[in-house]
Amino acid sequence: MTSTTFLLGQLFNGLSYCSILLLIALGLAITFGLMGVINMAHGELMMLGSYAAYVLQNYFAKQLAAQYFGWYFVLALPLAFVVSGLAGLLLERSLIRRLYGRPLETLLATWGVSLILQQLMRQIFGANNVDVRSPGWLMGRWHVAAGLELPHLRLFIIAFTSTCLFLMYALLFRTALGLRIRAVTQNRDMSACLGVPTRKVDAYTFALGSGLAGFAGCILSLMGSVGPNSGQNYIVDAFMVVVLGGVGKLAGAIAGSFVIGQTNVLFESFSTATMGKVMVFTLVILFLQWKPSGVFPSKVRSLD
Amino acid sequence: MPATDLLTIDRLNVYYAESHILRDVSLTVPEHKVACLMGRNGAGKTTLLKSVMGLLPARSGQVQFAGENITTRCPDERARRGMGYVPQGREIFPTLTVQENLVLGLLAAKQPKNGIPDEIFHLFPILKTMLKRRGGDLSGGQQQQLALARAMLSHPRLLLLDEPTEGIQPSIIDEIEDVITRIKEQKAVSILLVEQYLEFAWRLADFYYIMEKGSIVAHGTTEELSEEVAHRHLAI
Ligand SMILES: Nc1ncnc2c1ncn2[C@@H]1O[C@H](COP(=O)(O)OP(=O)(O)OP(=O)(O)O)[C@@H](O)[C@H]1O
Ligand SMILES: [Mg+2]
Repeated sequence: MTSTTFLLGQLFNGLSYCSILLLIALGLAITFGLMGVINMAHGELMMLGSYAAYVLQNYFAKQLAAQYFGWYFVLALPLAFVVSGLAGLLLERSLIRRLYGRPLETLLATWGVSLILQQLMRQIFGANNVDVRSPGWLMGRWHVAAGLELPHLRLFIIAFTSTCLFLMYALLFRTALGLRIRAVTQNRDMSACLGVPTRKVDAYTFALGSGLAGFAGCILSLMGSVGPNSGQNYIVDAFMVVVLGGVGKLAGAIAGSFVIGQTNVLFESFSTATMGKVMVFTLVILFLQWKPSGVFPSKVRSLD
Repeated sequence: MPATDLLTIDRLNVYYAESHILRDVSLTVPEHKVACLMGRNGAGKTTLLKSVMGLLPARSGQVQFAGENITTRCPDERARRGMGYVPQGREIFPTLTVQENLVLGLLAAKQPKNGIPDEIFHLFPILKTMLKRRGGDLSGGQQQQLALARAMLSHPRLLLLDEPTEGIQPSIIDEIEDVITRIKEQKAVSILLVEQYLEFAWRLADFYYIMEKGSIVAHGTTEELSEEVAHRHLAI
């Protein structure tokens, strides 16, 4: 193996890890970053996306001929988005809208919701982890050169995350709803005075962030088994990315995931996975001591 | 024929937490007229405009707009019923472009789809050259014009203007006065104007109200407003 291919391989690993992190963090960058809601149940919203994929996989395996099995994942993504988005909408309408501007209460209440959701999943799907099988078209590898093989799954994740990111930017900066979202997050009262139905915009925005969590959960189900507690594994990563990047800016989440992803892969290459995580975590904490508002500081209404 | 009243405020009481700010305030703005609300700093003028717009809840009393009791309506519903608000701090969205600020002004209009009409740039030519700039990068005077343009774009029936001349250089004050005069001449809009600059208010307003410590202490037509009354209540 030449050093160039090794370097390229490392770069690719870093990039694919970054896009997974970014995908995990994207929903939170909306609900926490833009709206300022500390949603402890965000991980469970991801988990709903994973279980959506699991249910659809079982349905395809049982009810349809084997040649259609590969298609299940194409449908699982939108299904996960809708399931998690609706759950988020329900959560916002019933609970979170009463707690805007009160971060502590929000934290406690959504933590309660996360426990309820975990128990609910345990009741429905059992306490044991379940597996979601990759469809055939995501299982191969692309042989670029000797010693450089790129798994289809990882290529797909990079492409999918980039698409999500592109669509998010298009939505926020090119559509009427996006303009309303940006206006409300900057100045809620003035937006209302101009006729923006701020409550509705809140609900849509929160549902959008939750739907993105569903996407993340759906993709993550291909990378490891899914259990009632799997949401907990991702929530720390997601918050870390958003806080490191700077709350309130989409670009912050990109930078955050890039920095964390690349350093993590770098550290892992000369120590163990756990040690790598510990070192990254320490570095993030040190960095935030030095720059508390992250790489891209900005003001958010309920946090200032 | 007596003009009908577009806005009627009846014995309105408003609190900030437990401090009683507005005390039994009654005030009317007739259709197509300009009423000016005057008073010293801290009298409660901004509080009154915020209550009219729905940003602050009324503890008791009523706000009637175009014959409808709107006391419990939210600000966005009031905006869509025809209220345009230019707040004291102008409240331009700083990271949105001038164009985006204006587009938001169109939301409450009846036909928001038609885009920003050219007439608005006849009133505020300076804005046409700045459409791509960020709202926060404009000077105070430019922001004031943008805030006024944004409020006008919804074709409001009632304009609420909170100290449009505050902290603005004389040449821009003249421009703003011209614009308000033109709006007035078109006889489509009523205005509730809060203003400390007496001559400015005098030239524009048909009616005056003077507020002291949250109560209306004098009111009448502007012609009747004597130097003596003005100075007793407003002299610094
Ligand atoms: N957010 C607030 N919380 C508590 N009290 C407030 C708040 N805003 C204003 N007040 C108080 O309400 C009273 C009226 O304030 P208001 O802003 O309406 O005065 P104003 O007449 O507009 O003054 P100015 O001419 O300086 O703009 C003041 O005593 C002020 O201290
Ligand atoms: Mg004021």
